Formats: sequence, structure tokens, C-alpha cells
Amino acid sequence: MPMDQAFLGRSFPFAEPYEVGIEKIRQFAEAIGDDNLLYHDRVAAQHAGHPSVVAPPTFAIQVIARAQDAVMFDPALGLDFSRVVHLDQRFEHLRAIYAGDVLSCVVTVESIKVLAGNDVLTVRTDVTDIENAPVCSAWGTLVSRAAAS
Amino acid sequence: MGNSRFPGRSVMIAFESVPVGTALPSLNLTVDRAQLVRYAGASGDFNPIHFNQRIAEAVGLPNVIAHGMLTMALSARIVTGWIGDPSAVRDLSVRFTRPVIVPDDDHGAALEISAVVGAVDAQARTARVDITAKFEGQTVLGKARCVVQLS
Repeated sequence: MPMDQAFLGRSFPFAEPYEVGIEKIRQFAEAIGDDNLLYHDRVAAQHAGHPSVVAPPTFAIQVIARAQDAVMFDPALGLDFSRVVHLDQRFEHLRAIYAGDVLSCVVTVESIKVLAGNDVLTVRTDVTDIENAPVCSAWGTLVSRAAAS
Repeated sequence: MGNSRFPGRSVMIAFESVPVGTALPSLNLTVDRAQLVRYAGASGDFNPIHFNQRIAEAVGLPNVIAHGMLTMALSARIVTGWIGDPSAVRDLSVRFTRPVIVPDDDHGAALEISAVVGAVDAQARTARVDITAKFEGQTVLGKARCVVQLS
């Protein structure tokens, strides 16, 4: 079943803001094996000029995941998730994410294509802070491989 | 600091000291099953192909594979470790071209990460670092690039 082209260009605000916890940043940094003090030690981060501990650059996937899922898992879109692989990912940081941030997401469907029988979906997610200032934009492309015939 | 969107931070590497072609210190990392479990918990990505061999094989994979986002995060460490302050990362992008297969043994999968400055922007005082991540001698990421703010 092809994906619904009516989703193309539409933006989906995600209702629930993401509150960035200091322990979540530490847990994420541990999971990627990175002991950089700026990820773990609030005092060290503040000494370096930051408001609190800094999130690793790919931590934004945490922030955007539920907002993206709400769009990509929408049955009306018609993406077959059982066959999905992640093709590419990009983060553009307008500033770093910090513990204590309260972030909101808007997901926009940028591209819906069929390439060699595979469904290819690109979504952009714009992240803003509590003052509505931009923090990060992320682009992710998913491919739902055509069923073997 | 030239760019008002990015208030001054303690980035110690001067733009002038990083010409195109500069190689970053390489990074050798190992990904084992325990790390996949940790990353699943930290990221909330509980797709069973990252911890369940039976399900990985059922969808046509040779074995459990690392999360693409974990491979991306590990590859970015070559840049953040070099620059010291991860808030200097402006743009990070990768294409996932080959899975990293993580065996159920005491060693895990070895990742060899290298990087070189591929371009610089004198006006913005940024450098584009081109990252290569290899597993079993083959690249696992395509067009892996990281733009960092220098001082």
C-alpha cells in the first residue's frame, strides 16, 4: 500500500514538551561510553560557561523520537514499520541541549517517495525551547523495504 | 566569538590551527551486547533486532546489530573528544550504509574511527570534519560529517 501523499508538507506539533533531565543525559553519555565531564558534572559544565550539563550531539534523538513516532506510526500515513530501516540522520544544532531545558517539537513530512519499490520517508523535526527559540532541527529518512516477491 | 547565536564557550582549538587536511586522533571502540542493552535503555529504542538473535535472523540479519544511532553517537565522539566541548557541534549528519554486527562473545564488534578536516569556513570560523567509521575493514557510515565551531 503506498503512503498517503496528503501527509506531504504537513506539520504536526507534538503536544507534550520534553523535559531534559540531568540523570537522563548522564545515562545517555554512559551508554555511548563517553566520560566527558561536561556530560556528567554540573559544576564543571558551569565553570565552562554552560547553564548545566551538556547533552551529547545525538541526544536530540531522545527529544524528537516520540514526536516523530506520532507521525510515522499514524496508520493513515501507511508506512509499513515491520520493514523499516534508518537510512540517514542529521542534526543541526542552533545551540546545545542542556539539563533543565523544556523542549517542544514540530514534525514536518518533507518527502514521501517510492524508489525501486521501496517507500522512502523523510521527516524534519524542529525543536524549540520554553521561550520558543530554536534549539535544533533534525532530519531523518526511513526506508520501508518492498516485500520480496 | 563571531556568531551571536552561539554564546562564547570554552572551545580551545583556534580556527587558524586547523587547516583542511588536519587529521584528528583516531579512536578505536568496541561495541558489545551489554552496550546495546545500555543504549536501548538510554535511548528508548527497544527494537529486538538490537538484542534478540532469533528476531534479528527472522528479519534476514546475520545476527544482532548495533543501533544506527549508537554507531552515529560513537562516531561523533572522535570530534567531541578532540574539541573537548560538545556544544561546539553545529551540524552532524550520517548515512547508514552497513550494519555493525555484534556477536554474543566476550569481545564485541571493533569500530575503527578516523576523521579529517574536509573544509573550513573562515567567516563562520567553523570546520567540517569528515568521519570514517569502519567495522571489519569496511565503512559502515556514508557521508558522515560534523561541522564544529572553533575559537
